[in-house]
Amino acid sequence: MVTAKFDLDDKEEKYWFKKPESHVFKAKRGLNKEIVSEISWMKDEPEWMTKFRLKALDIFLKKPMPTWGGDTSGIDFNNIYYYIKPSDSGSRSWDDVPQDIKNTFDKLGIPEAEKKFLAGAGAQYESESVYHNLKEEWEKKGVIFCDMDTALREHSDIVKEYFSTIVPPADNKFAALNSAVWSGGSFVYVPEGVNVDIPLQAYFRINAENMGQFERTLIIIEPGAYAHYVEGCTAPIYATDSLHTAVVEVIVKKDARFRYTTIQNWSPNVYNLVTKRAVAYENAKMEWVDGNLGSKLTMKYPSVYMMGRGANAEILSLAFAGKGMHQDAGGKVVHGASDTSSTIISKSISQYGGQSSYRGLLKVYKGAKNVKSQVRCDALLLDEESRSDTYPYMEIDEDKVSIGHEASVSKIGDEQLFYLMSRGLTEAQASAMIVSGFIEPIVKELPMEYAVEMNRLIQLQMEGSVG
Amino acid sequence: MTNNINIKEGLEVDSQSEDNRNNSLVIKNLKVSIDDKIILNDINLNIKKGEVHALMGPNGSGKSTLSCTLMGHPQYKVESGTAMFNGKDILQMPTNERACMGLFMGFQYPVSIPGVSMANFLRMAVNSINGKNNPEKKPMPIAKFHKLLKEKMAILKMDSSFTSRYLNDGFSGGEKKKAEILQMAMLEPHMAILDETDSGLDIDALRFVADGVNSLIGPNLGVLIITHYKRILNYIKPQFVHVLYKGRIVVSGGPELSQLLEDQGYEEIIKNNE
Repeated sequence: MVTAKFDLDDKEEKYWFKKPESHVFKAKRGLNKEIVSEISWMKDEPEWMTKFRLKALDIFLKKPMPTWGGDTSGIDFNNIYYYIKPSDSGSRSWDDVPQDIKNTFDKLGIPEAEKKFLAGAGAQYESESVYHNLKEEWEKKGVIFCDMDTALREHSDIVKEYFSTIVPPADNKFAALNSAVWSGGSFVYVPEGVNVDIPLQAYFRINAENMGQFERTLIIIEPGAYAHYVEGCTAPIYATDSLHTAVVEVIVKKDARFRYTTIQNWSPNVYNLVTKRAVAYENAKMEWVDGNLGSKLTMKYPSVYMMGRGANAEILSLAFAGKGMHQDAGGKVVHGASDTSSTIISKSISQYGGQSSYRGLLKVYKGAKNVKSQVRCDALLLDEESRSDTYPYMEIDEDKVSIGHEASVSKIGDEQLFYLMSRGLTEAQASAMIVSGFIEPIVKELPMEYAVEMNRLIQLQMEGSVG
Repeated sequence: MTNNINIKEGLEVDSQSEDNRNNSLVIKNLKVSIDDKIILNDINLNIKKGEVHALMGPNGSGKSTLSCTLMGHPQYKVESGTAMFNGKDILQMPTNERACMGLFMGFQYPVSIPGVSMANFLRMAVNSINGKNNPEKKPMPIAKFHKLLKEKMAILKMDSSFTSRYLNDGFSGGEKKKAEILQMAMLEPHMAILDETDSGLDIDALRFVADGVNSLIGPNLGVLIITHYKRILNYIKPQFVHVLYKGRIVVSGGPELSQLLEDQGYEEIIKNNE
């Protein structure tokens, strides 16, 4: 564990901190200048990062809570641990993990070692050796793939050049919070013309601190390069603390292509408030595939700023809102150059009183000619208590644009059920089949193992056997 | 005019007889309503395995109500009567259990399920039915299933690209009916009710569908063809023809009855039999 090698006295002197020893290794709830400085100091960060964090804290404290989206009033910022050392977070006992989470792991067929890790009760994961072999191959090509803390230490010049250039702290209150207290996350750098054909999977190194609550991810794809980054898994992520606020910044340079796939299933007490943004330059292609399951409230709108001629953006968003959940998800496409094109496809499913909203932005700047954009959002309601809303915002400052917007809200019809049941399927099997068909356009874009798990999870949800 | 027709006012059957088992369908005194309105009244029919029956009737006579009731559509309420299939009254069973017993309905308007491929759907259906009837049996391996599917499609002269398409999604009228016949071939039912399978088909598609049904007809399958027109009966030859009018079977007879209907029209036949 990286944090285990601190020399206490040395750091205290270097950063002029004075604090009782008990504060050094014990996590503390709440948020103030001291805690933010302490995080930076414990991570042995360069001064510019410490200053950046403190400035971000100022912004966070000044910014009001958003007045749109979901209900965030239940977040108590003073009752959260903002930094937990990996050695601490791995010390939870398997016995402390709630039974329903364990049951879900069993039903999904998650291997024993992985289960414990996912629940935060184990630090080793057997596929680590697989990851190490891949890592060697990537390194030969000059690809960098590591956690953000390591990147800041070992590749600080690249990090410094791009960090926070896409999502500045002042962007929104939660981006500011993340900027102040971030920890973990992934760093990916793909050199010019390099094609990374095996997806870079955060899954392989889930013990490497990237599943923190305030992770920060930075990805740079140099001209003509290609990569696919995959994170998360369909098993529920069990978190005792209830706030997950991540920032993801992606830079896709000229003629490069990049896809970022996320499937996350948070436990139902979590506020999942994430800012994901990419910039695509000339003829670059950026794709977000974003699957949101679980959580109390998710607010997440992956966005692409198309800043070079011919850039293309594709956003596929999938949300499943169950009991007590609100999925406020969607996507934003900003056309800042001519001949740019974008597609947003959003699919949401609501069940047991869950609420899902599509929130999207389509912006075309003046001077961006020949812009094409297609937005399609479909909602499926599985019962009478559930709810779906659509908030498509458009700001078009140019005449020569081609824009399509389609939206639908549907329910599982008696006729569909009758038809499938007449072929021997039970009502639950029939409903699950209709739902899996509904999400197929997005699931087919997922890596195979995720697609299989996803369909399995949906089936479990439909049977009402997972919470 | 009607003296050559053997009129049977409800085929009397003994519910304890051999006929009631061995996959025969015996409908007795069936009365069905929708929203408190009586649609079918005192329906009696006996279809043995190996037999082909045709039920003809004008629009609104209750033809589709009968097929939907037998399959268990929730909208239709059984007021009284029984429908014994293989010795069991199916009228209170869930739809899927009826299917698992070997009852099949070819839909007049097959429903589309976007995102679900024909192949996946058929595999699920085959495994559901096999699993229900034999819980010990493991699901059919994918390779074996695809081999079976290929064989059935070859018999029906169907294009193999068909099964990778989403179930009935964007299908033409003819393709939908072909898909129904493929499902029937894969599920191997003991009793098939084909609800206006001929409606909206051009002559080529009609012939295709009829050839498909004929290839499946055999000593272990009972068939009830429900139709408005005689057209399909030129290709599929029933041994028995029944005329449904205002919710009752007003006349039953042999294959000659359908020709008579074609020549004289429903009005005339019904008038002569009321």
